[in-house]
Amino acid sequence: MYIIIAGGGKVGRYLTEALVNRGHEVLLIEKEKAKVEQYTEQFGGIVVQGDACEAQVLADAGIGRADAMIAVTGDDEDNLVCCQVAKKKFKVGRVIARINNPKNERIFKALGIDATVSHTKALLEMIEQELPLSSFRHLRYIHDSNLEIVEVVIGPESPACERPINSLEFPPDSSILLVVRHGKALVPSGNLVLKEQDEIVILTPQNSDSQVQEMLLGE
Amino acid sequence: MKFVILGCGRVGSRLATMLDMMGHDVAIIDKSQDSFKRLPTSYNGQAIIGVGIDEDVLRSAGIEQADVFAAVTNGDNTNIMASEIAKELFNVPRVLARIYDPLREETYHALGLETICPTTLISNVIVSWVLPGEDKPKVPTPAGSNPMGTERAN
Repeated sequence: MYIIIAGGGKVGRYLTEALVNRGHEVLLIEKEKAKVEQYTEQFGGIVVQGDACEAQVLADAGIGRADAMIAVTGDDEDNLVCCQVAKKKFKVGRVIARINNPKNERIFKALGIDATVSHTKALLEMIEQELPLSSFRHLRYIHDSNLEIVEVVIGPESPACERPINSLEFPPDSSILLVVRHGKALVPSGNLVLKEQDEIVILTPQNSDSQVQEMLLGE
Repeated sequence: MKFVILGCGRVGSRLATMLDMMGHDVAIIDKSQDSFKRLPTSYNGQAIIGVGIDEDVLRSAGIEQADVFAAVTNGDNTNIMASEIAKELFNVPRVLARIYDPLREETYHALGLETICPTTLISNVIVSWVLPGEDKPKVPTPAGSNPMGTERAN
């Protein structure tokens, strides 16, 4: 694939390196001359100086034949404009924007940029996973849906402890994906009786996660 | 009419002052408190500190009731993004974005945004002033001509 990356900060630099190592053709566009010189030493002639929001810069970069454009500068408005120009003017099939303010995810979607990556949100989710403060954890939000995957660890006080799965009333559209007991995955059949320390992985609508939490943990 | 103006620089402050003197309902947004020093003491409108690409800031400026939104900060991309939010998310009837970069202005104008480019405007005014009656040629961009060739009559 031919991939154009806008923005040579930390993210842009490591992304370039990762994609090159996977055998892709990559072009990195960066505004600052000093950075361009530094990266040219590292990567060779796949770094150009310019403003990736400018149509001319993108045209010179051969955006017409690019399979994807990834905008990862530190400014959301720059990433938006860059992706819009690539998508709307040059009809690039896949555009991905980095979002710094998680609030902008919805705005980008409304303005035609569907694929966004919010490092702030991703970081928060990862930290939450590492914090053993609760037996209820958000594992992953499913892109383009209102669904999420959560994990619950059954405690001795849990109302679901020692009860079979089919006796529990899950919110609509929720389902148990997996039960992990002593490190082994069990098929979550209806007659499986939940035990203390069981880790249960559940798919649920985001607005029902508190019901799931209450049902399994009584919190 | 209700106006929301983004950017209280020379243009924004003057625009807000003019509209306020004409009796319109004006709210002006800027990220720096100092910028509001450009407004005269007689200014009766709202002055809101905040980032113009933030929905909540725009809401507090009354964007939901606005008839006109004008983005005149010194950042082209900020003006573009704020104008698109005003147009697409808040359905403001008239939205104008100032874009200094002529090529970017052409691009967004072609995509349906109302835009104004001071660079082109002032160059054209000067040429018309010193060479009245002569046709103004299309200026190629530094790296060659505009690849998309979106010609505009100014």
